[in-house]
Amino acid sequence: MLNLVLKRAALGLITLWAASVLIFAGTQILPGDLAQAVLQNNATPENVAALREELGLDRPAVERYAEWLGNAVHGDLGTSLVNHRDVAQDLAPRLYNTFFLALYAAIIAIPLSVGLGVLAAAWQGSAFDSAANAVTLLAISLPEYFLGYLLIKWVAVQWGLFPVLASVTPETSFTERLYMTFLPMLTLVLVIMAHIMRMTRASVISVMSSPYIEMAVLKGLAKWRVVVEHALPNALAPIINVVALNLAYLIVGVVVIEVVFVYPGLGQSMVDAVSKRDVPVVQACGLIFAAVFISLNMIADILAIVSNPRLRHPR
Amino acid sequence: MNDRQRDTTLLDVQGLRIEALTPSGAAAVLVENASFTLKRGEVLGLIGESGAGKSTIGLASMNYTRAGCAITAGRILFDGRDILNLSEREGRALRGARIAYIAQSAAASFNPALTIGRQVCEVAIRHKILGKAEAKQRAVDLFRTLELPDPETFGNRYPHQASGGQLQRAMAAMAMITEPDLLVFDEPTTALDVTTQVEVLAAFRKLIRDRGTAALYITHDLAVVAQIADRIMVLRHGKTVETGDADDILQHPRETYTKQLVAERAAAMIGHFIADNHAGEAPVLSLKAVVASYSSLNRAVSDVSLELKRGETLAIVGESGSGKSTLARVVVGLLPRESGDIDFKGERLPPALHERSRDTLRRIQMIYQIPDLALNPKQTLLEIIGRPIEFYLGKSKEEARERVLALLRQIELPESYLLRKPPALSGGQKQRVCIARALAAEPDIVICDEVVSALDPLVAEEILGLLRRLQETLGLAYLFITHDLSTVRRLANKVAVMRKGEVVAYGETSEIFSPPYHPYTKLLLSSVPEMRSDWLDEVLQMRSFRD
Amino acid sequence: MRLFGHKMSLKAQIGLAIVVINAFAALLVPVIAPYPEADVLGRAWAGPSAEHWLGLDNLGRDVLSRLLYGARLSIGLSLLITALSFSLGVFGGFSAAVLGKTADMVLSRIVDLFLSMPALIFAMVVLSVLGTDLVVLVVTICLLDATRIFRVSRALAMNIVALDFVEVARLRGEGLWWIVRREVMPNAVLPLVAEFGLRFCFTFLFISALSFLGLGIQPPSADWGSMVKDYSAMIMLGVPTVFYPAGAIALLTIGINLVVDWLTSQTAAEH
Repeated sequence: MLNLVLKRAALGLITLWAASVLIFAGTQILPGDLAQAVLQNNATPENVAALREELGLDRPAVERYAEWLGNAVHGDLGTSLVNHRDVAQDLAPRLYNTFFLALYAAIIAIPLSVGLGVLAAAWQGSAFDSAANAVTLLAISLPEYFLGYLLIKWVAVQWGLFPVLASVTPETSFTERLYMTFLPMLTLVLVIMAHIMRMTRASVISVMSSPYIEMAVLKGLAKWRVVVEHALPNALAPIINVVALNLAYLIVGVVVIEVVFVYPGLGQSMVDAVSKRDVPVVQACGLIFAAVFISLNMIADILAIVSNPRLRHPR
Repeated sequence: MNDRQRDTTLLDVQGLRIEALTPSGAAAVLVENASFTLKRGEVLGLIGESGAGKSTIGLASMNYTRAGCAITAGRILFDGRDILNLSEREGRALRGARIAYIAQSAAASFNPALTIGRQVCEVAIRHKILGKAEAKQRAVDLFRTLELPDPETFGNRYPHQASGGQLQRAMAAMAMITEPDLLVFDEPTTALDVTTQVEVLAAFRKLIRDRGTAALYITHDLAVVAQIADRIMVLRHGKTVETGDADDILQHPRETYTKQLVAERAAAMIGHFIADNHAGEAPVLSLKAVVASYSSLNRAVSDVSLELKRGETLAIVGESGSGKSTLARVVVGLLPRESGDIDFKGERLPPALHERSRDTLRRIQMIYQIPDLALNPKQTLLEIIGRPIEFYLGKSKEEARERVLALLRQIELPESYLLRKPPALSGGQKQRVCIARALAAEPDIVICDEVVSALDPLVAEEILGLLRRLQETLGLAYLFITHDLSTVRRLANKVAVMRKGEVVAYGETSEIFSPPYHPYTKLLLSSVPEMRSDWLDEVLQMRSFRD
Repeated sequence: MRLFGHKMSLKAQIGLAIVVINAFAALLVPVIAPYPEADVLGRAWAGPSAEHWLGLDNLGRDVLSRLLYGARLSIGLSLLITALSFSLGVFGGFSAAVLGKTADMVLSRIVDLFLSMPALIFAMVVLSVLGTDLVVLVVTICLLDATRIFRVSRALAMNIVALDFVEVARLRGEGLWWIVRREVMPNAVLPLVAEFGLRFCFTFLFISALSFLGLGIQPPSADWGSMVKDYSAMIMLGVPTVFYPAGAIALLTIGINLVVDWLTSQTAAEH
């Protein structure tokens, strides 16, 4: 089993490296001249030459890539083309904000959605199940920004319970932060809960039709024991997977929510950087997001390996 | 247990009807007016083919029906109490504690995520019959009684760490740990190899005899039920055919259906061997020192040499894992051999499928174990059977259609089935279609991989008859792969007995199946249940002498 | 009512009706739209009236007309992308499953690499350099989607290829194309249509999210995502216009999901 885990971890590292190549290639080697593209209307020959110099575009791509990756590994993400500040320093507080919001949502959404998913599966076809089905279908069909605006309209504007904008600063206290980010958190919770619940329900139900579940029922066990002790352990792998996927979404899909609530997170920086063509910032954000996404997937796979008794206890 | 207790009725089922709601909303009757009683310590065998409703009755006596089914009439008294009117909680208190269930496939019925010990003890602990430590001790005792390996630590294993026979016995331990009054055995040895079946059957019988537990024993095998049941109830399509003393039913069946079942089972045991009348002819297929494997670690087939002549049937017999099906895959080229030669009509056969000519492919056809998987559910019989005719023989659509109609007649299916699709056919009919598809290619050799083992006995007998008739008229050579010795006896001129990838005995059927036997052949032969009720005792006695 | 030879549930029929209505709206826009999509017709944020049923927008354009034109662009574009990525993904997935071994290994590794990148991030990286051009948008999303479809169709085909009737065809000497077309495809239609529906929804929401971020479809073309972006600010002032495009997005995805749910349950029932 250790072998498998190590293999998976190695694969994760290789994927991360490949993703870095992809990000670098995506911004540097694509057709067209980068300097020209960045400058757009201001692309006088002198400006272009100056920028090419600054970006080091005259050197071979492989060399530039090696330098970029080497610096990134040491925490140096370069300087912004727009405000000429250190990218790493600029992004650090924003990264904290993004992680804060994602974690806030995850802590509430994951236990709740897995629990409700199991309940819906156990009482398949009941009124609770049908209601949960309808609500989650609605939640996954609505674009997340629309959900955000709905909450703003009712909870913030109509009832005045929470602030409309989550404009936190580094000075904001922890409790204040919890209060200010409540609405974006709630939006995220609604979105990922629907996904996790539906997936949990589906995997528990597919396990519930196994002969060993019938056996557990014929042993006279109480229904909740059948579901929790016999069905759930076997439905774990797909549930871990969907949780990881949604955690990744929390970090990445948060982009849209950050824009809705004008929350100073990493996603908003990236959107800004993309529209301003601030390549170093785009690369840095892309690399951070990819790293988080890949690590989460890797952790999920490793947990799935560890939770499989066949792999844990070979014959 | 004293005699007075022994005579009291434990289970009394009267006028039971069980219906299922089909997706279209109509109700289908699964069990109609089933009535029987069971005394304490008595074993009742429920006999029938698939769809006879025997499992449904077994489960109903635990007040349990599968999803979509419901008990719509009748009464079930267990120990004097009407169990159909119990509350959910009262019903649960009964299940596992006083009535226990032993399922067909232990491999599927043990939870793969939990240890065997935990699942065995769980019943007793949850019903508050035993404490944790007591339950553990009782489980170890049961493991020892059931002759499981390392009884002290066997419970720490996960299901995938035990063999099929061990799991089946562990399931008996799980059922017995609460010392129930009634056991429901649902085809508990059907999924096992014959040699394992003997051991498990003996273990079951010892357990219920020692403790005087009453049992419902559900099976399709008359010979198995003969060893264990006091009385037998024969079922067909949910209706009771007849009920009576085990010996009576087996020796003097009254109803036609029972007579057929008994006759079929008896024919499997006797009948003469088919002589080998092809001496001197050149073989169509000959294997010389063939070796093949799936991984570099162990050989699936090692050093196999065999010959097959025109119009002849060569049976390859063995238990699961013996390499008999792998051998078939090697012959057809799905698994290229590593070394050795295969000659077909005197010419060397290339090892891999893609190296063989279309004409060679045509001449060697294969029929599979499960016709459901071997037929594309989205194609009509015309497409299924017609394709080889167009593909190999280059016939036009019109000619192919004519030929398909002729083939349908040959396999004894109505011509009106031409445009039907497989889901609309019964299991036996599907297997006939598979045969027709193989015949359509006009082959020299047909490889039959366990072609009747998924079918009910009477249907299987019909299919075997059809195969025999086709061989006589067309001069086909069959390579017949099976685990069932009675099939071999009825069909094969020659036999090869395989074990762990090697052929341990090879020759004419009459030679192989008469003394002096190869020790493994003898073990296999002696493991095939016979309808005499003293068969199991004899086998066990014979084996204890040998040890 | 029946579809693919199966009786449709009420929910599925409602879903199908929603999809059909949307499709008609998108097809017949020039005929039924009361005004051109980009014409300024009056005061910004004018309320509903007999001439303008849903009122006017931030620049004084007719909201109903923009909604209809938006349907054409949003649905048409998503359909185009899904169709393209589907052809690519299904072809690749089926080939990998039927060919097996090396081809499967190579294709699967490439796809794994693409899947290891968050789609939105990858799209943003590409758009940042190449600009928010429609062709770039289509190609990028198409590639990202195709990798996901590859996964699904490969798994699906793997299950079918494992069945004996495919082995029978291989033993007969049939070619790859014949096996895919005659043996695998007919058994994969139902789940593939369901997957198409889901993928369409995903693409549709993805494009509207990009438009919402200002990186997707550019003005003055009307599309539902950018309409939500343009109208969202007014929600604080009680102007409900934003709910029309957002509601349209939601309604269509719900409709498709209803049909997909039904298809999935039919697939399960077939096995």
